[in-house]
Amino acid sequence: MILTNIDTVPNMRIVEHYGLVSGSTVRAKHIGRDIMAGLKNIVGGELKGYTELLNDSRKDAINRMVAQAKALGANAIINVRFATSAVAPGAAELYVYGTAVRVESE
Amino acid sequence: MDTLINLFVFLVLLSLGFFIGRRNEARHYASIRKREGQLAALPVIAADDWDKSRPVREAWLETACVVISIDYFKRIALALRNIFGGRVLSIEPLLDRARREALLRLKESAAARNADLLVNLRMETSSIYGNKGKKASVGSVELFAYATAIRYDAPQPGMSGNG
Repeated sequence: MILTNIDTVPNMRIVEHYGLVSGSTVRAKHIGRDIMAGLKNIVGGELKGYTELLNDSRKDAINRMVAQAKALGANAIINVRFATSAVAPGAAELYVYGTAVRVESE
Repeated sequence: MDTLINLFVFLVLLSLGFFIGRRNEARHYASIRKREGQLAALPVIAADDWDKSRPVREAWLETACVVISIDYFKRIALALRNIFGGRVLSIEPLLDRARREALLRLKESAAARNADLLVNLRMETSSIYGNKGKKASVGSVELFAYATAIRYDAPQPGMSGNG
């Protein structure tokens, strides 16, 4: 599966459009990370636990989107966009969407 | 007595935040500058364009994120700034660091796959908050960057030139 956030796949021709595909995941952090983050809040710096959590969650969302595209028979997703929203204290929704297409090399 | 203890804790946190926070920031900036130099050869553009005359071997989506937290001293400085308004000089470097770090990670992971160019860069900022009512849990921000990485076909031996 080829993913891009541009209108095309370079060097490929789009032969079929399958419409919108999307994936989302809502993740909460666990308390251990919260405690570490609390300490980090004093001295500042990167919250590695959160970075990791968000990276994993986005991968999850992407996997769901890819699964949906595969089910449609697509081999690429173009114009991928991400959206993040904090839905509740301590939980965030990671949403990814794009257009599923079938491409052939030129 | 209670007030004294509270004051003491406050001062300890404030100085921890000030000294360690400042040291962390200086270290982070040093690392950012060093890595930016190393990756200067990999261009990143926000437009959707590349050298169309060259065949592209591969294109893929690259993503990178970083979550960064403000220190206690800056939080207090912000609270004071909120009274008078104006530019928040203590927070600006925080966002600058996070943004540059996210971009660097994006470039690092693209460079690891031998990308020649990153196009259509998009950046997203979102604030992360913990349990409400707990003052110490505000002040983290996530910077997320994504772009399409492009790798050109290697130039044919013999017909390569400059450009």
